[in-house]
Amino acid sequence: MRTPLTIRFLTAMPRSGWIALAIFALVAWVLVPVAHLALPEGHPLHVSDYFVTLTGKVLCYAVVAVAMDLIWGYAGILSLGHGLFFALGGYAFGMYLMRQIGRDGSYKSDLPDFMVFLDWKELPWYWVGSDSFLWALVLVVVVPAAIAWVFGYFAFRSRIKGVYFSIITQALTYAAMLLFFRNETGFGGNNGFTDFKRILGYSITAPETRLVLFGLSALLLMCTLLLGRYLVTSKFGRVLAAIRDAESRVMFIGYNPLHYKLFIWTLSAVLCALAGALYVPQVGIINPGEMSPANSIEIAIWAAVGGRGTLIGPVLGAFTVSLAKSWFTVSFPEYWLFFLGLLFILVTLYLPEGLVGLWRRIRGARDKAPTAAKSEPAQTSKDDSRLPPDAATKGASA
Amino acid sequence: MKVGTLEHADPNQREQWEDGAPSGRIMTRGELDLSHKVILYLEDITVSFDGFRALNALTLTIDAGELRCIIGPNGAGKTTMMDVITGKTRPDAGRAFFGQTMDLTRMREPEIAHAGIGRKFQKPTIFEQHTVFENLELAMKTDKRVWRSLLAQLTGEQRDRVAETLKRIRLTSEADRPAGLLSHGQKQWLEIGMLLMQEPRLLLLDEPVAGMTDEETERTAELFVSLAGEHSLMVVEHDMAFVKALGGKVTVLHEGSVLAEGDLETVQNDPRVIEVYLGR
Repeated sequence: MRTPLTIRFLTAMPRSGWIALAIFALVAWVLVPVAHLALPEGHPLHVSDYFVTLTGKVLCYAVVAVAMDLIWGYAGILSLGHGLFFALGGYAFGMYLMRQIGRDGSYKSDLPDFMVFLDWKELPWYWVGSDSFLWALVLVVVVPAAIAWVFGYFAFRSRIKGVYFSIITQALTYAAMLLFFRNETGFGGNNGFTDFKRILGYSITAPETRLVLFGLSALLLMCTLLLGRYLVTSKFGRVLAAIRDAESRVMFIGYNPLHYKLFIWTLSAVLCALAGALYVPQVGIINPGEMSPANSIEIAIWAAVGGRGTLIGPVLGAFTVSLAKSWFTVSFPEYWLFFLGLLFILVTLYLPEGLVGLWRRIRGARDKAPTAAKSEPAQTSKDDSRLPPDAATKGASA
Repeated sequence: MKVGTLEHADPNQREQWEDGAPSGRIMTRGELDLSHKVILYLEDITVSFDGFRALNALTLTIDAGELRCIIGPNGAGKTTMMDVITGKTRPDAGRAFFGQTMDLTRMREPEIAHAGIGRKFQKPTIFEQHTVFENLELAMKTDKRVWRSLLAQLTGEQRDRVAETLKRIRLTSEADRPAGLLSHGQKQWLEIGMLLMQEPRLLLLDEPVAGMTDEETERTAELFVSLAGEHSLMVVEHDMAFVKALGGKVTVLHEGSVLAEGDLETVQNDPRVIEVYLGR
């Protein structure tokens, strides 16, 4: 008797995970919109524009972090170039947003402003069709997927592994950044795309549009977690983890690791691209800075801080690090990178399994010796407070 | 098991290895031809590493269903020979055939595994993070393409096969434990179990009883003897008591070629073998 795929998909996650997802969906799709639209600005429960945009942005980061963990935590491949796929998704959708500006730009032209500025008379060939929403979605998926596939094919076929692979991906995103910095490349040079006005005809700054984008980001994160859960509990996921732990053994028992790696690598790139496409309309800008090596390293840090090899960990990591960054870059802007580096070192040394590992350790210690040490509960509550507030609800779906 | 056929005759099965094979195609696909009752031919195999000849015109044949022991001092080329058979190392010269038709020197590692050669490494390599059951599940002979793995679900029959192997390697009670927690001897057995799940025709076993207790060694010998006939086995071992318990034909390797061959007693009384083992 074979169980239908849909049922297996649903049963891949335990009930507590579904409850956590349902609570999350309720918050993202009902409570936040209501609190944003219906409550007056002075109300204590009012959710501000700033909050919606910031959280929507971090939700996109969380998708990227999970995508990173699928290849790093589960397949053991550390990419330091995932920012590239995120940026490519953003650029592909940004092209559509640029075309939606129409004649409302500074130069009142059909062409995007930067092209007028460069004295271009018509759209380059690769901009053809960019005024179509559907075509933009196709580009968002296909371009990063194709680049990831071709790059992955040659890298994995040559059995490039470990730190060599990481360095090459880093170089790849750096090279792409230099390319996109050039005005002649046709993507707005170092200014990138900005000043978006509309999306599907709706004003991009309207609260309703922002809430829809926010809700879609939440949806993408939930789908990513569900898909990830299915993958890692399937035989595919077990083969992937086996490749991570003993690749030669996997080959000797008759699997071809190339295809497995290529599949998860390409999927991971596409998830990043989708997140990038949702990110750009929310923050209102995309420029080559998104491809800078530091951004890609930050993605890896999200996964490491949250906990590699779990699905919820990267989500926690993305939230913790991004929120810390929001605060840090306002309070001590010049020390952020030092702090990030320090955080990475500390996590690697003392929390190899990240926040999730810490949580498990605390719970394990509590379960094992509920009455053993008097100092234990005090420490537990202190450490608990280090997890973001949503940790408790979402922790269950890990 | 039927002699002379392999279930992987389906040409579609092969397409997953087609991409840019660096080494050309094998001569005949799918069928293992045992018409001359020989499962493995090695002929004049030479492998050099930086001028050092690890294998020097090695010639060796293994009959179908045979249990063969390979002994020899360190550096005699035993591991290199296994590397050649499994496609890990390409010989500089010589021919290696699986059955009458499959040219091992032109096949890649996963292809060779699919064709029916299973290998156990000197150091047990199992998937330590996976449970014992999952280790066997992953090793099971089945369609191993990505798409199949994404949708794969164990059938009752497959579960039975895993259970059967668990029993054979005496790990039924450990099925749900992470394999990394097993004792050394149990890890060795798990790896043997993983080999059996692949339903190989030829098993290559590199020092399978290293680190085992006497009792475990004895049981392993019983297991191997019970496997011979149905499978062909090539066992590399230093433990002479174990070799004696297996009771098959013994080949002595020295400096990359065959020094002597025959039953254990004959070989042990061979003056050349004594000289090699006791030193000059």
